[in-house]
Amino acid sequence: MSTAITEPVVPYDEVIAEFDPVLGLEVHVELGTATKMFCGCPTEFGAEPNTQTCPTCLGLPGSLPVVNAIGVESAIRIGLALNCSIAEWCRFARKNYFYPDMPKNFQTSQYDEPICFNGYLDVEVETDDGMRTFRVEIERAHMEEDTGKTSHQGGATGRIHGADYSLVDYNRAGIPLIEIVTKPITGTGKYAPEVAKAYVTALREILRGLGVSDVKMEQGSLRCDANVSLRPSPESPLGTRTETKNVNSLRSVERSVRYEMTRQAAILRAGNKVMQETRHWHEDTGVTTSGRPKSDADDYRYFPEPDLVPIAPSREWVEQLRAALPENPSVLRARVQAAWGISDFEMMAVVKAGALELVAATVAAGADQAAARKWWVGEVTRIANERGVELVDLPITPVDIARVEAMVGAGALNDKLARQVIEAVLAGEGSPDDVVATRGLAVVSDDGPLLEAIDAALAEAPDVAEKILSGKLAAAGAIVGAVMKATRGQADAARVRELLLERLGVAE
Amino acid sequence: MSDLIRLTAAETAAAVASGAASAVEVAQAHLDRISEVDERVHAFLHVDTEGALAAAAAVDSARAAGATLSPLAGVPLALKDVMTQKGIPTTCGSRILEGWRPPYDSTVTARLKAAGVVILGKTNMDEFAMGSSTEHSAYGPTHNPWDLDRIPGGSGGGSAAAVAAFEAPLAIGTDTGGSIRQPAAVTGTVGVKPTYGAVSRYGLVALASSLDQAGPCARTVLDAALLHATIAGHDPLDSTSFDGPVPDVVGAALRADVQGMRIGVVKELSGEGYQAGVQQRFDEAVALLTGMGAEVVEVSCPNFPYALAAYYLILPSECSSNLAKFDGMRFGLRVGEDDGDPSVEQVMGRTRAAGFGAEAIRRIMLGTYALSAGYYDAYYGQAQKVRTLIARDFAAAFEQVDVLISPTAPTTAFKLGEKLDDPLAMYLNDVATIPANLAGIPGMSLPAGLAPEDGLPVGLQIMAPAMADDRLYNVGAALEAALLSNWGRPILQEAPSL
Ligand SMILES: [Zn+2]
Repeated sequence: MSTAITEPVVPYDEVIAEFDPVLGLEVHVELGTATKMFCGCPTEFGAEPNTQTCPTCLGLPGSLPVVNAIGVESAIRIGLALNCSIAEWCRFARKNYFYPDMPKNFQTSQYDEPICFNGYLDVEVETDDGMRTFRVEIERAHMEEDTGKTSHQGGATGRIHGADYSLVDYNRAGIPLIEIVTKPITGTGKYAPEVAKAYVTALREILRGLGVSDVKMEQGSLRCDANVSLRPSPESPLGTRTETKNVNSLRSVERSVRYEMTRQAAILRAGNKVMQETRHWHEDTGVTTSGRPKSDADDYRYFPEPDLVPIAPSREWVEQLRAALPENPSVLRARVQAAWGISDFEMMAVVKAGALELVAATVAAGADQAAARKWWVGEVTRIANERGVELVDLPITPVDIARVEAMVGAGALNDKLARQVIEAVLAGEGSPDDVVATRGLAVVSDDGPLLEAIDAALAEAPDVAEKILSGKLAAAGAIVGAVMKATRGQADAARVRELLLERLGVAE
Repeated sequence: MSDLIRLTAAETAAAVASGAASAVEVAQAHLDRISEVDERVHAFLHVDTEGALAAAAAVDSARAAGATLSPLAGVPLALKDVMTQKGIPTTCGSRILEGWRPPYDSTVTARLKAAGVVILGKTNMDEFAMGSSTEHSAYGPTHNPWDLDRIPGGSGGGSAAAVAAFEAPLAIGTDTGGSIRQPAAVTGTVGVKPTYGAVSRYGLVALASSLDQAGPCARTVLDAALLHATIAGHDPLDSTSFDGPVPDVVGAALRADVQGMRIGVVKELSGEGYQAGVQQRFDEAVALLTGMGAEVVEVSCPNFPYALAAYYLILPSECSSNLAKFDGMRFGLRVGEDDGDPSVEQVMGRTRAAGFGAEAIRRIMLGTYALSAGYYDAYYGQAQKVRTLIARDFAAAFEQVDVLISPTAPTTAFKLGEKLDDPLAMYLNDVATIPANLAGIPGMSLPAGLAPEDGLPVGLQIMAPAMADDRLYNVGAALEAALLSNWGRPILQEAPSL
């Protein structure tokens, strides 16, 4: 439920004509480590509330943190993949503020000594002049711990105001997070929303490739806060920014940035000042609403965490980790494109759909690359868009698609039936084989039933039969259509036509 | 065994091991003593009669079964209420933790239990270990067994008083700026703050994480060494715990030989503010050490005058953050949730206002201020630099000498209430003990006699380089033996009977 406050906005092309946007993206990634950042509790998603806790992650008096070495290793690998420098020596710091879902009332984080700093990520965006690369500079990537999760019970809205009481689940408290912060992203002009989306997409791809996180935006294992500001021209000083939270899909990244630009433009155009604040994105209404005021003077009273010793990753270790990094996704793309022998345009369609890995996995599962691309970029992307989710989050796997394609290749399914199978798999009816078996969706390949249907159709339309016999072969389509209808699409249309002409003794 | 409570820990352990006394008898004797005197001393906040007797019985059965007993098996001990013990109330002397029973043992508690030490109960302390008199306990002050109208020192006044009053031969204290050593000094007992990192802090409710260190309280140097050896050693649950061998403190206490050692008297820890009788007993001890073949020289530590100021920035800063978790949400006291329709922040605020005492609030506010943006560099940052300078003073001093000595506290025990309204005067009690905490080095206080002007105990402090805790025990045991032969009997026998 979002509050229906409609703020004035300016049409997007007018925003671009009058203002220069500047972005800043903060991404929080939940690491997929087996245990939490500072204790040995498991991190599995979806357990009963407060069952994955101990004195340390509950912040009980006397408890102490111990650093998860895998968490540090993941942070370094992420930094290396983002072309960052890795600190030779760094510390954790306490970020002090009171909140009930934070057990110690301080978050163990990093402040002025992040483990990774000064990196960049190149992202590709389709512009009016073709593909263009934008370099997003990364200021830092640092380690911290997640908070618990508060849910407000009773009341009408499920929000804190009007709730009868609140419950806190500390299972998430202490799960390792890496916060990746960009430097101000300038020079994007009208492509700012696309660059924002491309950055998060590319980042997600890299993180998935590293295997450090399941990067599911919907489950919150990848969370993005988008800072947006406008200024009159690229030469002007930075304008006042807002920070939009609750942006939990790639589509929302693009939409929320675009919306925020149009909203801020309306404020500036009216001669007013943008308020520095956090804003909440509402996927349903496509607007942001005001959160809490935020100022640069927010005082978290950071100081070095005295319960932990400094981290000094040896250069040998860092180089070992660098050498073992998986192939960079952009290098991978170039290699795959060459192997498949497809055009830039075809490749871009795959990348834009976020389907590269899925297509590659489908090919690996035995499908032809063209067929694999056709399904993922076409039918499956269409369904993902309909549902407003990402391809990878649909409940269908590359193996499923490869199986469907194999059945098409073997003539067991036609195109239409294949679509039905895919839809059924997505509806949770089981594997493609399950669907075919339970729905009885096989192409009718036995000529007997087809001949019966052809005879019936011919009897229904003797005039059409006459036309065909007189050599007007185009009329055959009507009979084929009738047969397809009678077999509920389960026939192979080409075979029907063949049998029909044979039946009438007419040659092609 | 006529007077089990008068035995040292070493003697008690020997009696239990030989069967001369059962651990249950020993525990019962101490429980009886507590019943008899603690109404007046108020060393204990909680006595765990059942648990103590059960633990003692377990030691007796182990012995009966022929098991090898650890060196302190069957010896009773009083645990400072800042250490968690599973299922046993742990208040830290604060109202805000009233009723909290921790679901886990601190590492120190676990090691004591594993060694067959019999934990009698939890001892009184200044709230969250903030104070030098135990008057800041929310549950009333502890009284000095030497004079019930006087303070037993603090923050670990309960532990020191329990040992001095023969309620327990051993106690655990924690020392952030002198909370083991200063109470030992004013109660005529022995107290040791080990090297920072020597004893695990897991389960020690933090005051100032970078300064806190648990250690032994006892009536003899050897007893302290036995307890030190039991609780020290690496703990994977404490990242700041030292991963290396524990110095042979027991061996050092048995060696007790200062022949040829170089001992430094810290120039800056004497003179103005030091009571005449304190200085006199200290000077006599120096003469004794010289007489035993040590070379005693004066050493200057020029940055020590800044130690107190640095300490009172670092401690409140860390403490303001460490005490943030006490908000009424998950454990302990919760105040005012039914009064009106309060927000979470209001309940937190009401709980903290009602649950913390004046000194805790004072230090939380000081620390919050010192860490604030714009002040951090001038206060916390600067204090950390002073800390480095003090560590350098020690490093330079230890190039010249093996150990440093000073009076432990500038005065003998003052009257209850005397300094309660003057925090600065109270803070000055720790002027000689704070430098060791700032530098992370070990320190011991042992009795040096009674001040002629008031007949109250005087403490002498020994400090050694980090991880050279054994030197404290060697020098301490040598001095203890020399003093004992001068006095003819242990100093606690001079104390009035309770
Ligand atoms: Zn935990």
